[in-house]
Amino acid sequence: MTTSGAGAAPVLSTRGLEKSFGSLVVAREISVAVPPGVRYALIGPNGAGKTTLVNLVTGMLRPDAGRIFLGEDDITSLPPSERVKRGLVRTFQINTLFPHLTALEAVTLAVCERRGHASTWWRGLPAYRDAVDEAYGILASLALGADCYQLTRALGYGQQRLLEIALALATRPKVLLLDEPAAGVPRGESPALFAAIAALSNDITVLFIEHDMDVVFRFASRIIVMVGGRVLVEGTPPEIAADARVREVYLGCTRHA
Amino acid sequence: MATVSLEALRGPHGYLRAQTRWRRTEIAFWLATLLPFLLFPSYLQLASQIAITALFAVSLDLILGYAGIVSLGHAAFFGLGAYAAGLISKFGWGEPLSGLVLASTLAGVAGYGASVVVVRFRHLALIMITLGMGLLLHEAANSASWLTGGADGLQGVRIRPLLELFSFDLWGRAAYAYALLMLFLTFLVARRVINSPFGLSLRGIRENAVRMPALGAPSRAHVRKVYTIAAVMAGMAGALLAQTTSTVSLEVLSFQRSADVLVILILGGAGRLYGGILGAILYMVARDQFSGINPQYWYFWIGLLLIAVVLFLPNGILGGLGRAAAWWRRVSP
Ligand SMILES: Nc1ncnc2c1ncn2[C@@H]1O[C@H](COP(=O)(O)OP(=O)(O)OP(=O)(O)O)[C@@H](O)[C@H]1O
Ligand SMILES: [Mg+2]
Repeated sequence: MTTSGAGAAPVLSTRGLEKSFGSLVVAREISVAVPPGVRYALIGPNGAGKTTLVNLVTGMLRPDAGRIFLGEDDITSLPPSERVKRGLVRTFQINTLFPHLTALEAVTLAVCERRGHASTWWRGLPAYRDAVDEAYGILASLALGADCYQLTRALGYGQQRLLEIALALATRPKVLLLDEPAAGVPRGESPALFAAIAALSNDITVLFIEHDMDVVFRFASRIIVMVGGRVLVEGTPPEIAADARVREVYLGCTRHA
Repeated sequence: MATVSLEALRGPHGYLRAQTRWRRTEIAFWLATLLPFLLFPSYLQLASQIAITALFAVSLDLILGYAGIVSLGHAAFFGLGAYAAGLISKFGWGEPLSGLVLASTLAGVAGYGASVVVVRFRHLALIMITLGMGLLLHEAANSASWLTGGADGLQGVRIRPLLELFSFDLWGRAAYAYALLMLFLTFLVARRVINSPFGLSLRGIRENAVRMPALGAPSRAHVRKVYTIAAVMAGMAGALLAQTTSTVSLEVLSFQRSADVLVILILGGAGRLYGGILGAILYMVARDQFSGINPQYWYFWIGLLLIAVVLFLPNGILGGLGRAAAWWRRVSP
């Protein structure tokens, strides 16, 4: 039995997703299947619809047509928080954090929500030692242990990007969608960030959006290329590197730092 | 930097315990609330009004200061509690404690009903919805004069002595003791709420409502719950007013009351639990002092103070005091 690779039954798949904003079509007939345990990269030029796809899959946007499956289950009509409970979790391209919570409080919040403590209002937080230990452990594993007592907004930008990931990990994801985890991080620091991602357990299937091709080819086991709301091509890194259409798209239009 | 290493030294558990432990200033504050009995025996009526207003402000703080839910109609629950307590006594049940429980429960039920609507809205729409609900209830009470006495106020409120021992007389000893005790008990509950995992999630909703569902959090259920808790507390404040003064007028449901409690909370400092209490003390004492001089200028000064606080003390007077204390600790060795 295979536990990963293209042969296994997909953990996440979409069928014919469609979405438009007015006359702007941002998703056309998107059908992808993500097998368990892979490190998937989702690439494409600015405005290709990558973030939109993540929004559709996680339920933050409603598709105009098409279906989304987590494993066997059709999750198309589930609200975002239900999808998270089932293990489909994302991070945000633009920091979406809690400015006036400390990093420890923020991750503890996420852990308490997952463990079902968050509806308890008659017991103090310090009583939940296991939850706090778990939160601290996650922060420490991302090198945030020493600074976790600071307010989120006082953290450095790179640390805030790590906190994005820490929050997602606190939900114990099965499938983790990382929307440009290194966006805005100095080029020199992004390999360290991706090394942390690569070190995640293989039980977590990761799909990450990234523009830096060095990083993509180093960390991805498979790649999806999107252009103009469509999936242009999907394959292993060598297949993508050799694809003429991909070269055409990226010729002269590789983007930013 | 020194504080950071201290926290690192304590570890995560020590850090969280330190966040929630009782501070000496808190204990001193609650002891000081007993002083009016000794120092200002002729002001106990005012003191009980302050305690009631403080309780009302604490209830607003739970939804506004912690969950970030703005309300311009919070008097709806205060008024419901007041009318309920008044009516219960009018129809022959004058025992105050059970009346208080009944009236607060009723306000809580209404709060739950309102919360189902409230959770669907944010920002301007939320302000309009809460304002609308407040106005609606005020007008309903006005027209149902057969029940509420309309603009003349509710007649025939008869409250029995507290524990059949202490009657609510003009001196206000029983009134202040009763209101203060209820304020303190409610405060203990509110303090527990904000220091709990639930309270942490409320702050999460305030800080970033988009991120919460992405963490699997049922934000709407959380908001419904805290809204209900706040309505119970507001209803209790209203009931206390009705019971300690033996009167209920339409004013308990007025927009003015909703606006005043918002001003009190912002002045004192929202999201800090003691902000509403401090705001209530300052506001009520100042109004009592100024109203003798020239009452028509009251809102002029309040307006000025409000602008000054928002401009210079964005976290209210309590936030300003906290900053001053931090500064003092830094400069003094
Ligand atoms: N809420 C919205 N309303 C209207 N248009 C939108 C909305 N969200 C995204 N778009 C548009 O949809 C297109 C796809 O956006 P999307 O954010 O998915 O691109 P992307 O591939 O993530 O790009 P980038 O690499 O810059 O992050 C863009 O043209 C964008 O302007
Ligand atoms: Mg994007």
